[in-house]
Amino acid sequence: MPGQKFGPAWFPGLVAGGLGICGVLLIAGGLRERSPWAEVPEWIRSARARAGIAALVGGLLFYVLAADALGFDITGVALLALWMRLLGASWRVTLPVALIATLLIHFAFYKLLRVPLPWGVLETLAF
Amino acid sequence: MSGAVLSQAFWLVCDPYVLWVILASAVFGLFVGAVPGLTATMATALLVPVTFFMPPVPAIASIVTATAMAIFAGDIPSCLLRMPGTPASAAYTDEAYAMTKKGQGELALGSGLWFSILGGLFGTAVLIAAAPSLAEIALKFSSFEYFWLVVLGLASAVFLALGNPLKGVVSLLFGLLVASEGLDNPAGFPRFTFGIAELAGGLTLIPIMIGMFAVSEILRSVARIDEPWEMAQAKIGNVMHGMWGLTKRYPMQLLRGSAVGTAIGALPGAGADIAAWMSYAISKRFSREPEKFGTGHIEGIIEAGASNNSALAGAWIPALVFGIPGDSITAIVIGVLYIKGLNPGPTIFMNNAPAIYAVFMVFILANLLMLPLGLAAIRAAKQMLRAPREVLLPVILLFCIVGSFAINNSIFGVVLMLAFGLVGYVMEENGFPIAPAILGMVLGAMLEENFISSMIKADGSLLAFFERPIAGALGVLTLAVFSVPLIRRTMAIPRRRRQK
Repeated sequence: MPGQKFGPAWFPGLVAGGLGICGVLLIAGGLRERSPWAEVPEWIRSARARAGIAALVGGLLFYVLAADALGFDITGVALLALWMRLLGASWRVTLPVALIATLLIHFAFYKLLRVPLPWGVLETLAF
Repeated sequence: MSGAVLSQAFWLVCDPYVLWVILASAVFGLFVGAVPGLTATMATALLVPVTFFMPPVPAIASIVTATAMAIFAGDIPSCLLRMPGTPASAAYTDEAYAMTKKGQGELALGSGLWFSILGGLFGTAVLIAAAPSLAEIALKFSSFEYFWLVVLGLASAVFLALGNPLKGVVSLLFGLLVASEGLDNPAGFPRFTFGIAELAGGLTLIPIMIGMFAVSEILRSVARIDEPWEMAQAKIGNVMHGMWGLTKRYPMQLLRGSAVGTAIGALPGAGADIAAWMSYAISKRFSREPEKFGTGHIEGIIEAGASNNSALAGAWIPALVFGIPGDSITAIVIGVLYIKGLNPGPTIFMNNAPAIYAVFMVFILANLLMLPLGLAAIRAAKQMLRAPREVLLPVILLFCIVGSFAINNSIFGVVLMLAFGLVGYVMEENGFPIAPAILGMVLGAMLEENFISSMIKADGSLLAFFERPIAGALGVLTLAVFSVPLIRRTMAIPRRRRQK
């Protein structure tokens, strides 16, 4: 910015410079210790953990994209059911917990805390 | 402090609604603390969306109570599962488990509870005594002093943490970069907004913290879902038996642990987990029987157990007086204080005296409540630790989604939570500590503002940062923190112990 000695770019510039230096030092340290370029985490060998991690991340993305259209309740129940089943819960546990937990969270946040959670396709049922 | 203020504060706490909130938060904190993988910081991050809609005193009270309970409850699975319930118990998990194996589980659990209470009360006493007088000094501070305080906080977050200091610096710089996002900078110039409206106001911290402290922790628990939890057999009868004897036998350990804990807590940036590591190491160093450490010896548990609970209260000193968090819990609390109109800073004791003294009373109350509720939690430990992870983790994640959404009623909060959850997970897995990044985000704006205005006042001369007496002293103290990794090496505190 003209006319100013310490403008808006000054601080981020300083931080970026520091990050650059640290990056070089870390790479140098890694080369010296001959550490491998990349390592595979241990959980990759467990099918249950793999499915769980993928479903967690994918499910959150799905919520971001679909919650407005489908509404909180449908998305919430679907995600809870998916996650619990993949992590190994039985259907007998999954179904009631998914339903009750979603409704409870909805009620608590919508009614008591007045957070406008999306109703989506259930708009007609809104209370 | 006048009697009128105190009685006003007393009635604020005695409100049945506040007492109910305290009780509910206590139960919540005990549960979160006792389940490995759920931490006290996570409890705080999850509470924020709920406290959003409460009056100031119950909102703060819920966080104070839940964290105090959680730090104690972290000792329970240490004894029974050899897994710390929160990172603050990691320092003496092996010791506590060894005691259980020797048939002294009752004693280990009891001293976890008893010395947590005493340590917590010690930290609270220091907080009540020190914060108001410190505030009077702080009234005279200029941008130079604040600049050094912020740097001191950031430096202690990096150099007191366990692990590679270089990675701590990277984490810190990342946090500062995130903080410099948006319009809110001294020049009022939009930075890194890429023309996206949501980015112009800067990134909202609460969804970021829910991501980094809760979502990343859930991801880690899911990655470990195949590891079974094996409970050690322990007969649990009267756990308070023998506590008085231990108190008389180890008064020095109790005092030293509480004092070190409060100091580490009050030092901006370092919190309960580091306090416990330090106190455990000090205890071993000065013990008359250091050879017994590691074989199931109570001494280190007493000192470190008092230390981590006292650190909790100590961390509130810089948070209330300067708006500089003492640990990652108060990093979240500061945001809540602003939302509730209790802006931290030296004037808080004038403008909001009743509310602040009410918070102090809640500290005392929470530590006293810990005795009956903690005993109940120890009795219910086996049931709590049997809570099925495959049900618990998904429900907490759904709660995180709603919490991130609720701060701005915007789906962008969920995006932030996911993004920073992944960042936090990858960072921790590769040895980059998260606390410095959070501190950088909280303090970034303050650092830049005080740095730029100091530089403008001094016309670019760096020497001016040392010219005022307090600023100079703070500057020297900050530089001294840089030597801590060396001291640690000589004291042989492990450089890196991951929470398992």
